[in-house]
Amino acid sequence: MAAVILQTWGLTKTYAGVQANTDIDFTLPRGQIRALIGPNGAGKSTFVGMLCGRIEATRGSVMFDGQDISHLPAHKRIALGIAYTFQITSVFGGLSVHENVALAARRAGGNEATVAGVLARVGLSDRADQSAADLSYGHQRILEIGMGLAQSPRLFILDEPTQGLAESEVAEFKALIRSLKDTTILLIEHNMSVVMETAEYITVLNHGAVLAEGTPDEIRANSHVQAAYLGTEDA
Amino acid sequence: MDRALVLHLGVIAALALAYAVLPAYHAGNLARIMVLAIYAMAYNLAFGYTGLLSLGHALFFGAGMYGLSLSMQHLGTPVLPAFAIALISAAIVTAVVGALALRTKGVAFMIVTLMFAQAGYLTALYFSTWTRGEEGFVLPQAMRQIAGIDLTTAMGRYYAALVLFAATLLLIGHIVRSPFGRSLVAIRENEARATMLGYDVQRLKWQALVISGTISGLAGATFALLFGYAGAGFAAVPYSILPLLYVLLGGAGTTLGPLVGAAFMIYLFDLSSDITDAYMLIAGVVLVLLTMFLPQGILGTLRARSVRWLP
Repeated sequence: MAAVILQTWGLTKTYAGVQANTDIDFTLPRGQIRALIGPNGAGKSTFVGMLCGRIEATRGSVMFDGQDISHLPAHKRIALGIAYTFQITSVFGGLSVHENVALAARRAGGNEATVAGVLARVGLSDRADQSAADLSYGHQRILEIGMGLAQSPRLFILDEPTQGLAESEVAEFKALIRSLKDTTILLIEHNMSVVMETAEYITVLNHGAVLAEGTPDEIRANSHVQAAYLGTEDA
Repeated sequence: MDRALVLHLGVIAALALAYAVLPAYHAGNLARIMVLAIYAMAYNLAFGYTGLLSLGHALFFGAGMYGLSLSMQHLGTPVLPAFAIALISAAIVTAVVGALALRTKGVAFMIVTLMFAQAGYLTALYFSTWTRGEEGFVLPQAMRQIAGIDLTTAMGRYYAALVLFAATLLLIGHIVRSPFGRSLVAIRENEARATMLGYDVQRLKWQALVISGTISGLAGATFALLFGYAGAGFAAVPYSILPLLYVLLGGAGTTLGPLVGAAFMIYLFDLSSDITDAYMLIAGVVLVLLTMFLPQGILGTLRARSVRWLP
């Protein structure tokens, strides 16, 4: 097994002349928890969109687990072991919580035990029969993460998972992320406490390009990052 | 046995008994309702379960109707092979139209399916030498029998309709609860999410449409066979809209909604035409009220309010 699970070369996305991402070279070692940060509009969602196939790259290539997936449609990339949770909550509102998780598990070869295990792990067991639309916002976010877990992914991409969560839910989320062994995690996050406490390594994007990479301590000390991002944390 | 299956078998049994109990007039109506319910169940698989709002199902209904009736009329094909031709015709037409139309979504999909169906209708008119166009043609009475059972009698017709209705209901009841059927519901609820769970949404939608179109063809062939007539009117726009109305009234995404909706609407027309010549007006008002107060349809509302397990 290669030490690198995901790698990109020159990944670029242009929207009508505007470059959302420019020549991103990115390497993610297997098993790492990586945070992807940057100011609003830095191109983080575009970048992960190109990784999982939601957004077609203008040019560049993506390698996942030794295989070139640059031209695979999204559903095939997911089938290879990538899970993706949406920035804007995206669950099957009309279906029960149980069915939401089951749909995720079934496609990945999971069974009823997988579903029960995931529901217990994210604390939604007693709401399994409720329809997803009736859950509170925080619970919908957690359900979304549960659906990702049910896919037993090798690479788990989370797009701003703690957005809108209460303090206590954020704490549970951190614990959950740290408990995921054998899963490589790519986390887009604005909440600095989540980033600094969970990530082993951080990539900073700014204006669609990689501004800096390093450990949390290195990033905290990086003056370019401070200027672009931390200095204007509210942005 | 689970509750849904018991319910389906119960409905089938009740329909089997109904023939003996009901007056001849209503038994005749019910035979027609069951055939149209087959059509509506097929439509429901695409619309109610997969979320594909097609306005072109008359093309698939017509493909089955003409597949059976033209081969019986002009080639002298016996009933069962003619049925096979009908199903194959409908399957091929849906496979091709589906592959093209599913490149679009939403309103564009509605318009593209409508246009394909209109092209099919005009084709039937164009080849009026064989189809006799709008006027249509009557199937030879002597040919309308299966294994010695005369389908021109009220009883033969009723039970033939029932057998095909029952087969369709059980098949669709099985499909919608299978993993395949659940993935169709996922597409209806949130297509982007289904894709990001690894489902091949395009392929699943196409498969759902082909099954839906083929069963629509079965309904068209059955209609021609049991009522002995095929005409281009059955391939025209109203026959694309009718199954949509049946499904909306009965409850989209419920297995028995199509039957309830078809029965409700056919009797609504029937009863209101007893009262006045302007029966469409009464029917129209009732339909408007129903959509205002029961937007999820009759069984859909029942399921939302009380009977949660309703299939």
